Amino acid sequence: MSARYTEFHPRWYRPRMSVFWWVRRRSYLIFVLRELTSVFVAWSVVFLLLLVHAVSQGSKQYQQFLNLSSNPWMLALNVITLAFVMFHAITWFNLAPQAMVVRLRGKRVPRSWVAGVHYAGWALLSALAAWLILG
Amino acid sequence: MARRRAEPLVWLLFTSGGLAAALLFPVLLVLFGLVFPAGWVSAPAQAHLLSVARNPLTRIVLLGLCVLALFHWAHRFRYTLYEGLQLKHLSKLIIVGCYGGALVGSALAGYLLLTGL
Repeated sequence: MSARYTEFHPRWYRPRMSVFWWVRRRSYLIFVLRELTSVFVAWSVVFLLLLVHAVSQGSKQYQQFLNLSSNPWMLALNVITLAFVMFHAITWFNLAPQAMVVRLRGKRVPRSWVAGVHYAGWALLSALAAWLILG
Repeated sequence: MARRRAEPLVWLLFTSGGLAAALLFPVLLVLFGLVFPAGWVSAPAQAHLLSVARNPLTRIVLLGLCVLALFHWAHRFRYTLYEGLQLKHLSKLIIVGCYGGALVGSALAGYLLLTGL
C-alpha cells in the first residue's frame, strides 16, 4: 500500500466494484450463499446454548424454550438455518477429498472413499445423537 | 509477524469447526428446530435431557462443538465481510469483532456447560 514518493507519482487505476458483484453470476451467488452459511452455524450455537440453559434451569424453563421454538417465526428461522447448515455439510463433505490427500501403503486412497467415510461418520453420529436425545 | 503466526491456528480452527458443525448441527436442528416444534414426535422430558447433558462426555463434545463452530464462523465471516461487502480497510476492527465475538461466545459456552449444568 505504501508507495515510495516519486516526482511523477503514478495514479492508480482501481475500478470500483459494486457491493452486489456476486448476484450477476450463478457461481458467484452460490459462493456467497456458501460463505453466508457461517452466520447460520453461529445461530445454531446460540440456539443450542439456549436449549442447554433452559434444560439446566428446570422443567418450566424447558417448556418455555419448547414454546419459543414452536413460534412460527422461530420455526421459519430454524428451517432456513437447517437448509443452510445442510448446504454447508454437503459442500464440506464433497470438498473433503480435495483437501485431504490420504495415502495408504504409498497409494492414494480414492476420493470417493474419503467422501464416503465422511458421509458414513455423519450418518453414524446423527443416529447416535438422535438415539441419545429420544432415549 | 504475530498475525502471520496466528493464521495457521485460525485456519485449523476453521476447518475443525466446519467439520464439527457439519457432523452434528443437522441432526440437532432437525430434532429441536423442526420435528419437536412441529409436533411430529413429542419432545423428550427435561429430566432425561438433563441426565444426558450432565454426562461428562456430552459436556466435552458440546463444548468442543460450540467453541470450534464459533471460530469457524469468525474466520469465514471475516472474509465474507472483506470480499462480500468490500470492507478490507476495516480489517483490524473486523478481526477484533469476529475472533473477539468467538472468544466471548466460547467463554459463555464453557460457563453454561461446565458450571451451569
